[in-house]
Amino acid sequence: MSLHFIEFELNGRTVEGMTESRRTLLDYLRIDEGCTGPHAGCEHGVCGACTVLVDGEAVRSCLMLAPQANGKRVTTLEGLAEADGTLHPIQQMFREEFALQCGFCTPGFVMTLVALDRSEPRPAAAEMRAALSGHLCRCTGYQGILRVVERLARPAEAAGEGQGGNSGA
Amino acid sequence: MKAAPFDYVEAGSADEAVQILAEAGSDATVLAGGQTLMPLLALRLANPSVLVDINPAEDMATIARRNGATVVGARTRQAHAKRDATVAERVPLMAEALNYVGHYQTRARGTIGGSVALGEPAAEMPALAVALNAAIELRSRRGTRMVPAREFYVGPYVTIRDDDELLVAIHYPDWPDGSVGIFHEVARRAGDFALVGLIAIIASSGDRIDRAGVAWFGMGPTPIAALAAEQALIGALKSEVDVAALAQTALAEVEPNDDLHASARYRRTVAARIFERRLRPVFEARA
Repeated sequence: MSLHFIEFELNGRTVEGMTESRRTLLDYLRIDEGCTGPHAGCEHGVCGACTVLVDGEAVRSCLMLAPQANGKRVTTLEGLAEADGTLHPIQQMFREEFALQCGFCTPGFVMTLVALDRSEPRPAAAEMRAALSGHLCRCTGYQGILRVVERLARPAEAAGEGQGGNSGA
Repeated sequence: MKAAPFDYVEAGSADEAVQILAEAGSDATVLAGGQTLMPLLALRLANPSVLVDINPAEDMATIARRNGATVVGARTRQAHAKRDATVAERVPLMAEALNYVGHYQTRARGTIGGSVALGEPAAEMPALAVALNAAIELRSRRGTRMVPAREFYVGPYVTIRDDDELLVAIHYPDWPDGSVGIFHEVARRAGDFALVGLIAIIASSGDRIDRAGVAWFGMGPTPIAALAAEQALIGALKSEVDVAALAQTALAEVEPNDDLHASARYRRTVAARIFERRLRPVFEARA
């Protein structure tokens, strides 16, 4: 068992500490940093509830080791809202569209949509929906989430090509 | 869930990783994107004593052109390869197949080399390497060897890579401009492994077929090249190909299993159907 000193940027501030090699980034965020936005669902990369941004990309924090976060820029749900409590536009849309029931899966969905929202060119709705297939909602509250997608996605008339697929099938 | 204890070592380059592997021997496991290995660790299905993290090895995260091939470094992220201009131009089937590899979130970490090295029989990247007749570059302190992808896979998750060898890169040979590539996967949900998968590439001059690569995935213990079907195609005239017969030739080379997800009979039926449906237009196309 090896121990590692790590230092990384978490929601705009620098954090540091010691970690066991086997600690996941998810556990490090929740237990060592008290950052409970990323949720521990399946803990083996299936459910998507632990999704965070690492250097701007949506990744499953249960599938990264804490030592691998060293030197990275990590954003969790806590890093989205303004200091005065004003919600991030995507959080606000979730609220307006009733895009959650119990809320357990919500942080993951939100973080993936934040990553997609920032990507260039803006993804079409089909591409966003495909990306959300990496998340499970056991309340089956997908319709509200898909309404958020419709608001975020590149407008249909501008969307020429969709996600690649079994074309001709 | 928590992995059993292990030592974690970062490798800053391919050579550094090779050095660590030589010293640690079979107790060491290479950590690439971790999108399969991390779950295996969490479930304690893998219990290495040393984890060699190649994520810092930027020398293995490059996509380069060399000797008429596109050389994809093993640590290249799937998401990166999917939007890479060289891949789009020279190995467009890879960009298409990557849409089916895991999910958006796993592709941000998952690597091309990790998927190829793992050898999941229903996965896309091993089958792509087999279909395109790629070569796999293995490096150890003993030297470097190039292994044809068609000889690399031995069984489910078993390859001919030795414990001290690092999969450094995959060399995808150029196929002639105008080659037609086909990727088709049948799965229940996005991101699932294939129940049935087919990758084919066909190069022709006029009506005559010059080169063909055909591979199945999800149809046996490894990705499987349909060698007899390829041989039947090479030199044949597109206008004279009997697609239904060719599908049966291609299927004679696989023995799919019954499992929880699909029966062997289902797999054969669907495989024949997608083969015919996707390849017929290629042969009917006017050159």
